[in-house]
Amino acid sequence: MAEQKKTVKFIIERQDSPTSKPYTQEFEIPYRPALNVVASLMEIQKNPVTTDGKKVAPVVWECNCLEKVCGACMMVINGKARQACCALIDELEQPIRLQPARTFPVIRDLHIDRSVMFESLKRVQAWVEVDGSWEVKDAPIQNPYTATTAYEISHCMTCGCCLEACPNVGPQSDFIGASPSVQAYLFNLHPLGKFDKEKRLEALMGKGGITSCGNSQNCVEVCPKNIKLTTYLAQLNRDVNKQALKNIFNK
Amino acid sequence: MAKNKIIVVGGGLSGLMATLKICEAGGEVDLFSYCPVKRSHSLCAQGGINACMDTKGEHDSIYEHFDDTVYGGDFLADQLAVKGMVEAAPKLIKMFDRMGVPFTRTPEGVLDLRNFGGQKNKRTCFAGSTTGQQLLYALDEQVRRWEVKGGVTKYEFWEFVKIFKDKNGVCRGIIAQSMNSMEIKAFKSDVVILATGGPGQVFGRCTASTICNGSAVSAVYQQGAKIANPEFIQIHPTAIPGSDKNRLMSEACRGEGGRVWVYRDGKPWYFLEDMYPAYGNLVPRDVASRAIFKVCVHMDLGINHDRRVYLDLSHIPADYLERKLGGIIEIYTEFVGKDPRKVPMEIFPSVHYSMGGIYVDRKHFTNIPGLMASGECDHQYHGANRLGANSLLSAAYSGTVSGPEAMKWAKENVSKLCEITDAEIEAARKEVQDEYDKIRQMNGPENAHKLHQEMGEIMYEYVSIERDNNGLDICLGKLKEILKRWENIGVTDHGNWANQEAMFVRQLRNMIIYAMAITKSARSRDESRGAHAKIMLDENGKRIEKDGELQFYPRNDEKFMFTSVVSFDAATEEPVVTYEEFEHSLIKARPRNYAVAKKE
Repeated sequence: MAEQKKTVKFIIERQDSPTSKPYTQEFEIPYRPALNVVASLMEIQKNPVTTDGKKVAPVVWECNCLEKVCGACMMVINGKARQACCALIDELEQPIRLQPARTFPVIRDLHIDRSVMFESLKRVQAWVEVDGSWEVKDAPIQNPYTATTAYEISHCMTCGCCLEACPNVGPQSDFIGASPSVQAYLFNLHPLGKFDKEKRLEALMGKGGITSCGNSQNCVEVCPKNIKLTTYLAQLNRDVNKQALKNIFNK
Repeated sequence: MAKNKIIVVGGGLSGLMATLKICEAGGEVDLFSYCPVKRSHSLCAQGGINACMDTKGEHDSIYEHFDDTVYGGDFLADQLAVKGMVEAAPKLIKMFDRMGVPFTRTPEGVLDLRNFGGQKNKRTCFAGSTTGQQLLYALDEQVRRWEVKGGVTKYEFWEFVKIFKDKNGVCRGIIAQSMNSMEIKAFKSDVVILATGGPGQVFGRCTASTICNGSAVSAVYQQGAKIANPEFIQIHPTAIPGSDKNRLMSEACRGEGGRVWVYRDGKPWYFLEDMYPAYGNLVPRDVASRAIFKVCVHMDLGINHDRRVYLDLSHIPADYLERKLGGIIEIYTEFVGKDPRKVPMEIFPSVHYSMGGIYVDRKHFTNIPGLMASGECDHQYHGANRLGANSLLSAAYSGTVSGPEAMKWAKENVSKLCEITDAEIEAARKEVQDEYDKIRQMNGPENAHKLHQEMGEIMYEYVSIERDNNGLDICLGKLKEILKRWENIGVTDHGNWANQEAMFVRQLRNMIIYAMAITKSARSRDESRGAHAKIMLDENGKRIEKDGELQFYPRNDEKFMFTSVVSFDAATEEPVVTYEEFEHSLIKARPRNYAVAKKE
């Protein structure tokens, strides 16, 4: 029962640098209601002492908003990739095991390097080719139903949960992952963005593109924003195949 | 001819907007940020962005937006600056729409509008309740496009530490540190634009992200840049109190029909509707926060005698709530574990936004040539209180001003600047290096994070919703003690790779010095205006009460309708407050009273 918990125990996988060996340390902090994993790591900062009494460097991790919008604090908590800020202690089995998301290179402790995701956004041209930020004329009217779909996808915070959970992202395969792929779908929905639809589909044809998706459906399970990733990946797959056929016949 | 190089520090809405404008004008940008710019704090803005679109048959006008903003700011905002902003607003919305922001739409596919505090007309464009996230992403995407085209170089996970100046006092670049390799490097530029956001972390728990610490503003303040109106700190009336942060529950809740109440004599008392019949639950934030504070602290009517009141959405149809407020309903459900569609939320005011900041002119230049400030870190547009949904607007708009003005200044002035030698730049870099190396060796008994928490508690106690001169004096004394205790910090991480602790120690010192500027400026202003409410004291230093009501200083236009300007005295490390004129000739100051309909 939550009321009886006096302390919270953590086993944290640490790593001093990108090339050094990982090791674990245990910490115990006082329990309080509504505590989450980020707030717990903050407690450890105030008293960075392990359960066996060793004074250590505070744990390094990334966080900004603490309300599940920025995507920074993604880590593996009790084996599952998720945002640490909304991982409530009351809902977690103890000892709580924190690990870095090793699909990405580790910088230090729980802090990882996700720059590959931002590079993939360049590859799929995840933007609208506006002429400039100046005024032109009225923006086009949009179908409110399509706009609702766009709004759902546009919640993607590039946190990387879907890549961490995907069996096809990693050294064994070069799949760019669900998140950046589905961003291509998002911009293909926009009345101006769709002018460059073919370019985005072409970008998803090559190495690491949509054909590398093994349809394991893990991504949709872990998406903290409940984006229907597999639905959009399937539609994208159809669009890419259509484009491929078109390319053959137009040659 | 070489392209003009502009450094932009901060990748929120303002920094990204400035970056785009600079690229479009043919300049090159080095963009510095604590984090991937897509994770900047602008994404926490929820409710919307104000612009007079007038698509709801209410005959809304740009003048009305102008007047609401000036009146809402209790006549302390530069009126020409505000006028520029409200006139540009509808154009900015169309730009965002073209860039792909998924604004919430009406059944016929045009942008929907909602009500917001301090405004009678529907004027707030929104994307559900994640408007900031959506606007930030649109600019992030456009800047990424320029990154591919070659106009932008990003330095993400780099911390701005200081500017460096030439012998004539002109800002010529910055010293920054990699947050991973800890390398400290000098970067030259023609102009530096700070777009580093607000100082929420000075108060510890607030609605801001952990990166909003005001450290960069404090750093340039200590290098001679002036700060203006720092005493005007917005306390947002509706946040979920938390031990790690207070999570914002958007004003859009009330804009969409949410009601604030407590039990009185066993019955719900909708006290905002009772106290302010003309605006009801949609009074501006300073007014709502003071009312909630009064009801909880002075009348002891908070939920279970706690500092909590109800914010009630449960009478609104669930599918409507989902469409209009889905994002924040998810936040409440996730962090509190109760469903706001079924039970009233429990909220309390929290530090939220800084109206004040670096003192800038209408073009966003600071008093240091070559240094500009843009976004929440500047002091422009909001006066003594900001209207809800004007912050996304001022952030984006200020970037459309600072970016082009930076390019203009660079083109006109760079050839006239004196030479700055590599030795001079290295000396500035070395100073930062030495300071950092010293921090890494600190071995005292104090913990930086505990000291930070203590400072936040002091600031909440003395410099938040209600202030008095006794408390402000005590606060200044305590802050000086904390600054001294900073010397006795000990770090447990003496390493030189991703050393977050050492960086935090450096930021903390800047935060303490910023806190002193806020407090001193509040101490000097003997009036109540907008977010600054000061209780009068009798000759014995006791709070004056009349008929059981605390007596606040009235607004005093003759003496205090001036911008507070704070400069740093390097010898004593203390703030010095003076007052400067500002432009207020367009709308004549009149009493501000939300119990009755606004008169022009």
